[in-house]
Amino acid sequence: MELFTNQVLAGIATGAIYACMALAVVMIYQAIDHLNFAQGEMAMFSTFISWQLMQWGLPYWAAFIATLIFSFIGGIAIERVLFKPLTKAPILTQVAGFIALFSIINSCAGLIWDFTIKQYPTPFGSSPFLGSQLISTHQAGMIGITLLLLVGLYFFFQYTRVGLAMRAAAALPESARLVGINTSWMIALGWGMAAAIGSIAGMLIAPVVFLEPNMMGGVLIYGFAAAVLGGLTSPFGAVLGGFLVGIFENLAGTYIPHVGNEMKLPIALALIISVLVIKPAGLFGRNIVKRV
Amino acid sequence: MQVAQQLRIAALATAIVALTSGAAFAQKKYDTGASDTEIKIGNIMPYSGPASAYGVIGKTEEAYFKKINAEGGINGRKINFVTYDDAYSPPKAVEQVRKLVESDEVLFVFNPLGTPSNSAIQKYLNGKKIPQLFVATGATKWNDPKNFPWTMGWQPSYQSEGRIYAKYLLKEKPGAKVGVLFQNDDFGKDYLKGLKDGLGDKAASMIVMEESYETSEPSIDGHIVKLKASGADVFFSVTTPKFAAQAIKKLAEIDWHPTHLVVNVSASVGSVIKPAGFENSQGILSAAYAKDAADAQWDNDPGMKKFFDFLAQYAPDANKLDSSTVYGYGAAQTLVKVLQMCGDDLTRANVMKQAASLKDFAPDTLLPGVKINTSATDFAPIEQLQMMRFKGEKWELFGEAISGAVE
Amino acid sequence: MSAVEEIASQAPAVEAVPKRAMTLSSGTTFVVVLLLLVVPLFVKNFIIFQMTMLLIYGLAVLALNILTGGSGQFSLGQSAFYAVGAYTSAILMEQYNINYALTLPVAGVICFGFGFLFGQPALRLSGVYLALATFALATAMPQILKLGFFEQWTGGVQGLVVTKPDAPFGLPMSQDMWLYYFTLAITIAIYIFSVNLLRSRSGRAFMAIRDNEIAASAMGIDVATYKTLAFGVSAGITGVAGGLGAIAVQFVAPDSYTIVLAISLFLGMVVGGVGWLPGSFVGAAFIIFVPNIAEGISKGLSGAVFGVLLFLVIFLVPHGSRQVAMVAQQLLGKLRKN
Repeated sequence: MELFTNQVLAGIATGAIYACMALAVVMIYQAIDHLNFAQGEMAMFSTFISWQLMQWGLPYWAAFIATLIFSFIGGIAIERVLFKPLTKAPILTQVAGFIALFSIINSCAGLIWDFTIKQYPTPFGSSPFLGSQLISTHQAGMIGITLLLLVGLYFFFQYTRVGLAMRAAAALPESARLVGINTSWMIALGWGMAAAIGSIAGMLIAPVVFLEPNMMGGVLIYGFAAAVLGGLTSPFGAVLGGFLVGIFENLAGTYIPHVGNEMKLPIALALIISVLVIKPAGLFGRNIVKRV
Repeated sequence: MQVAQQLRIAALATAIVALTSGAAFAQKKYDTGASDTEIKIGNIMPYSGPASAYGVIGKTEEAYFKKINAEGGINGRKINFVTYDDAYSPPKAVEQVRKLVESDEVLFVFNPLGTPSNSAIQKYLNGKKIPQLFVATGATKWNDPKNFPWTMGWQPSYQSEGRIYAKYLLKEKPGAKVGVLFQNDDFGKDYLKGLKDGLGDKAASMIVMEESYETSEPSIDGHIVKLKASGADVFFSVTTPKFAAQAIKKLAEIDWHPTHLVVNVSASVGSVIKPAGFENSQGILSAAYAKDAADAQWDNDPGMKKFFDFLAQYAPDANKLDSSTVYGYGAAQTLVKVLQMCGDDLTRANVMKQAASLKDFAPDTLLPGVKINTSATDFAPIEQLQMMRFKGEKWELFGEAISGAVE
Repeated sequence: MSAVEEIASQAPAVEAVPKRAMTLSSGTTFVVVLLLLVVPLFVKNFIIFQMTMLLIYGLAVLALNILTGGSGQFSLGQSAFYAVGAYTSAILMEQYNINYALTLPVAGVICFGFGFLFGQPALRLSGVYLALATFALATAMPQILKLGFFEQWTGGVQGLVVTKPDAPFGLPMSQDMWLYYFTLAITIAIYIFSVNLLRSRSGRAFMAIRDNEIAASAMGIDVATYKTLAFGVSAGITGVAGGLGAIAVQFVAPDSYTIVLAISLFLGMVVGGVGWLPGSFVGAAFIIFVPNIAEGISKGLSGAVFGVLLFLVIFLVPHGSRQVAMVAQQLLGKLRKN
């Protein structure tokens, strides 16, 4: 029983990583109606920027804010320069563009900062949280920030004009244009926000997994899985999805005999697919009815 | 008439003497890839893809050969080092090696990295009788001169290192309960096999848990929690640097203090211990065969001074904390030694012959006491390692350099 | 959160390709086949090997093209089918001493079955969800191959070494050349099969589903059967390509068949032109040669150079090589008129 609670707690701690990333995934999906394969790399690059700023002597929170601004502008710039010209191209071509972007960012980060792992500071400290030896204060802080972000995003999409306009622009671009929404800039804004949220995720994840150019590879897979499980349109679902994936993965690894440990990712993904077969839009996503 | 004949005979005799002596002086023999002016060497490295961290090895070797060329080359010949990216993918490795052999026409392939890539090209190179020299992987199978006379390893094999830890445990902690965390690939499984072979009959009772992880996992926390719950009092971490650092940190966070063994691959002060925190790393055990450039105790070591001078002059951008630079330097230096021994007989057969005749050779970066020895039946150049314990901000070596050779 | 249902009337992910435009004209076909037959006689073995790999990856891209370009289903899991095919051939050849040529149909049939079964749950998924499901398959495959349970057959993490076949009947050609012509024969056969498949009743059903699933089912097309059939055929062809790949590379290991391979095949399809079968081979050339070019330009930044080249290609020709072919055709047409 102790092992069970321990694994659940460890799963929540790891799940917080996935939840963070899943929020960024939902953000970009709301803005452009696709998944961005380069999102993890963008987050990694932002995290390196903040690390570099701290190396140059900036205090943590100053570097944090500077990186948020940098990422926001960077995200918009990437959209304007690289993806706006592809708006009319087929969707699969845009996906190829994401892969190209992934390759460029990863390679540049490797050249600038090389591939050895870097220690990344945490503002929360890493002592045991509330006497529990399974969750550190950093992980508790990370869960806290994730939840704050979640609430922020919920209000943004549900109650602000920009948030609503953004959703409209992604879901029904033609109708959105008819009611006077500048859909092109909505997409750019979505890229900027997704990049900023991604950078928060990166800066929170880095103290746990260590900073290096390939750090987001695995995280992004889980982030996608979590977001898809929760429903790509729901920030709440994405966060819950992150925790569920983290917990389930640990339990599968611990309790399924023989293959559980080696196959925990495939088992977790298989579970998600089974959920999708029953609920194709994820746990909290809205069903989409197609019109002929 | 007679005079003329005598003259002719004399002339002939001189000609013969001149011819034979000329041949005796410079028995120049070349295979494809070598000439009076150049030795062409091929190499593949993962410059891109998941293992790109190791690309530094290729870059260091390239820089080292630049230094050799700047100093006049080897017996007057310049080294032409052709290195390609295989992205750690076996099919790409085959393509690139065939390109090296058939299109660039290299004399041999030196230090190709990765067990899967080397497994993929081994049969091809041996079939063509082209040396696959000093491969950059620690699998045991490279030491097999009978079946693969054209393949030779360089670093100590993972299995022999595993045996050294087993020896240590049997001596110091015979009642240990060992929990193993290993990467689920050839690297992890070889170490595990070495440990089990070394423990012998006691393996089944001493190893209480074998836990594997995949490199795609972002964090290995769940595994550590499980290992702690198994009641193990020895934690054997068969991990690559990122995961080794994560494990060290996680152990401290969950307040678990077993005897902690880390494999040599992840014993780097600069790229593992320091990021994980010195305070979390006290008392960790490992084994080494090379000096650590990030470890202050070698700052005044003559060998390492040469290494630092080399970095400053030929690879100023290189990160000296990265143990891959030390590795590349040592491997390249071993190769240069072999090529010097070859003299003017730069045939593939002679390269292999000389590589198998190294006697007590010690590159600048190896630990004192660790020497390279090879023979026609021993294709494992480095076989010794020395145990060490982390204390303060550096490794403290203890005991003697032990050989973990797999008989 | 809310039960409101959104109504979407998006354009289909894959655009319709007119049937005629799916192939090359007979004149061009003749020239291409002639080149493929003659060139190997004049080049080094290494180039022949690269050409063999080009045909093999071309087949794998073609298979993805039938699935995506034909039936409109997206897959990032082709590396899994490729791996199953490769391991089937390797295991049959090395563990059971079966002739290499006979292992290929077995690989094809096993992969067809595997793909058909996988197509069942995939029926309920589309777009990003299908992408994730196939992606899951691709990430799971190397781990399945590593499982201790299968190790006695697969060789586990160490993989299996495969023997390259000699030319039969004492033909005076190198192993590489023989394998090339063998691969070429299979490639041409599969290509002709694929073209005819897409022109047949089944092919028209695929495309009807791709263009509008609901309309297709209203017209009486059994959507489920045809969608799973497309998955099966695609997997089967990929499996044959995988088997050939194992023989050509002479080695199979879990590391050879990661998600990177699936992504490469996907890129090959996009660059070649989605839905244009001849483009599959152009795409294969892209994924084989462009990384080498990128590396030649800069070793440290090869990934970045590759990304930039890829961006250039999709900026200039968002529809891939099909667009180039169409422009070329128009130009030729104009010239003829003049």
